[in-house]
Amino acid sequence: MIPEMGHFALIIAFVLALLLAVVPAWGAWRRNVYAMALAPRLAIGQLVFVAISFTCLAVAFLQDDFSVAVVASNSNSLLPAIYKFSAVWGNHEGSLLLWSLILCLWTSAVAVFSPQLPLLVLSRVLSVMGAVAVGFLSFSLLTSNPFARLLPSIPPDGNDLNPLLQDPGLIIHPPLLYMGYVGFSVAFAFAIAALLGGRLDASWARWSRPWTNVAWAFLTLGIMLGSWWAYYELGWGGWWFWDPVENASFMPWLAGTALVHSLAVTEKRGLFKSWTVLLAIFAFSLSLLGTFLVRSGVLTSVHAFATDPARGMFILVFLAIVVGGSLVLYALRAPAVSSRVSFSWVSRESLLLFNNVVFLVATLTVLFGTLFPLFVDALGMGKYSVGPPYFNAVFVPLMALLAPVMAFGPVSRWKRDSTQRWKAELLVPGIVAVVCAITLPLVHADYNIWVALAVLLSAWLVCGLARDVWFRMGGSAGFPRGLRRLTPSYWGMVLAHLGFAACIVGVVATSQYSIEHDLKMSPGETDVVAGYEFRFLEVAQVRGPNYLADEARFEVTRNGELVAMLAPQKRRYLASGSVMTEAAIDPGVFRDLFVAMGEPIGEGGAWAIRLHYKPMVRWMWVGSIFMALGAFATVMDKRYRRQRSSATSTAHGTEYAR
Amino acid sequence: MHPVRKQRLYLVLFIVIFSSAAIGLIAYAMRGNINLFYPPTDVAQGKAPVGQPIRVGGMVVEGSVQRADDSLETRFEVTDFEASVPVVYVGILPDLFDEGQGAVASGKLDENGVLQASEVLAKHDENYMPPEVMDALEQSGFDHKGVKQ
Repeated sequence: MIPEMGHFALIIAFVLALLLAVVPAWGAWRRNVYAMALAPRLAIGQLVFVAISFTCLAVAFLQDDFSVAVVASNSNSLLPAIYKFSAVWGNHEGSLLLWSLILCLWTSAVAVFSPQLPLLVLSRVLSVMGAVAVGFLSFSLLTSNPFARLLPSIPPDGNDLNPLLQDPGLIIHPPLLYMGYVGFSVAFAFAIAALLGGRLDASWARWSRPWTNVAWAFLTLGIMLGSWWAYYELGWGGWWFWDPVENASFMPWLAGTALVHSLAVTEKRGLFKSWTVLLAIFAFSLSLLGTFLVRSGVLTSVHAFATDPARGMFILVFLAIVVGGSLVLYALRAPAVSSRVSFSWVSRESLLLFNNVVFLVATLTVLFGTLFPLFVDALGMGKYSVGPPYFNAVFVPLMALLAPVMAFGPVSRWKRDSTQRWKAELLVPGIVAVVCAITLPLVHADYNIWVALAVLLSAWLVCGLARDVWFRMGGSAGFPRGLRRLTPSYWGMVLAHLGFAACIVGVVATSQYSIEHDLKMSPGETDVVAGYEFRFLEVAQVRGPNYLADEARFEVTRNGELVAMLAPQKRRYLASGSVMTEAAIDPGVFRDLFVAMGEPIGEGGAWAIRLHYKPMVRWMWVGSIFMALGAFATVMDKRYRRQRSSATSTAHGTEYAR
Repeated sequence: MHPVRKQRLYLVLFIVIFSSAAIGLIAYAMRGNINLFYPPTDVAQGKAPVGQPIRVGGMVVEGSVQRADDSLETRFEVTDFEASVPVVYVGILPDLFDEGQGAVASGKLDENGVLQASEVLAKHDENYMPPEVMDALEQSGFDHKGVKQ
């Protein structure tokens, strides 16, 4: 009964989305205020019904209703309740429903938090988002109905959730990632609405900017969680594989980063308008492409749930409509919104332009590497795979090019600046950075030129930022008052840039200094990694809620002092019989110690053991959290709230409509 | 020249130079960093290059997995049921690697026709099969249990 209710609610939501896509758009065209005013209500109605539908599916999972096909193939009565809940999106159908739910959340958020927005713009924006919802809800209903029943032969128990997905990180990773992915639909909808209205101005950028920043922040957190999960759950200590599915989430992030920066120029200076619109379309198209890559099963990956050509075809057609349609609209309308403001070459505008070019090129190179195997395969020229060496070779130099220029950004001025001023501002930070680069890597035993370079770049960033903060609050004289004068969006920028600096150091230090021993060990044996003595004590049998495990116990000492007790496991899940490695990690600010088990070797109780020493691996995740917090902070800025409290929206709206 | 035009010219020049640098970088990175998949039949017929990075995949032959007693070396064979290719891998195998299951190994062929693998990928869950393996089997005309279709 409950699954049928969910199915029915999903159909109602689809009808509402269809209405939302058509009625307010028609109203905006005919200037019909009543039709336009329907938009927020339809948006909320759509959210309510998708939420009901999602709840029904969650209930089916929690109640072990194995007559529902999705539940039967992705859950099990032994599964802990929290994983039964997260299993809702641990499969193709459910994750698509989550996609739709989050899209409806964003749509309603725009409807609720935009009283300052002219009704005409609001109705166009919501209409565009409604159209996207139509696409996804019909995809759900037509090709991947989550409520399909297995009648009359109901299985006695379910197949179990893939053990890899039975993990706390996986409870929040997909929702966060989707919040980011789908959040770019808001920026996209604002861009399309602006193209439809033919008015791209600073106020458009101001409306769209907070949404874009929030979406970007969620995407950052989502990607970071995915990387962290891969590190401790996949059992081989890697944190980024340039796997096509990772790239699928990384490409919208790169394009989104460009978008966040070019929106700043558009808001502050009214420049780069057409470019910003194009980036908004590009970022959302890449989100859709990511969904296509992940969900169509064209890729070999943990994320590829099912292979069904019909599904792949549907998303491909949808993608073609969205990208093709918006590019045609862009071609027709963009020339009308070009700008006439100029800027000097030595200015913040050109620095941000540089940022945009770097991120765009980075996006395109990743896109090329990701799609190349698919194209070649489609042409029947063989099955290639493009590995991490390619991506590292193109991506790392690009980022190394970006960082030196990045420090100039905060200290630079809009419109016209002078290189003398830059020199005066950044001479001291530059010297400090060089000193750091020479001394800091000495802390580690062997001096590594790449780490020195990374320290140079990030110290340059950090010192430049420190200099700028100091300058802006008026030196030591204005200490408490000056600090308060700085806006949240400024602090957000500082935080995000500091996060980037932390990422650089973390990534390079881990890549250069990591020590990995894969070896055969018997209980009682010892191995030394980077001065840490790993003693293999014993192997014990352990029982979990839905698995049996061999647990290896390790004692880690350094210079005779106990550092940590580590107990990695090799689990056999009862329902599916699948085997899973559970690594044990001793985390630290400056180093992680990582132990994972392979398979038993020979008769003597020996095991294949993986011992890792990973310096500063956490810095990139902490850096990513900083970036996300920075992006969230910008939304607190007064200038976005001020517009909210001002403006009697309808009067303003009708004026805008003329 | 008009300053706006001059600015535009510089912009175009900058983009051209930057993107050609990027394309050069890509071309450089693509050399030797991509590898092609070969079904075991092709390897057996000598169609696969020796000493270059390639991938070979198929079903792991039942009873072919031999683990060394004193190291992490593992030997096994992958097959598409027409021909099979011996693989040597030193390291820890993925959890879902097993006899009678699909696997893809990447590495280099040595002169004896043995694939010296640097990485072995297995399927990710019970119902999933690497697409390359599926295709290789389709070409040889067998299903994953070795029954002729």
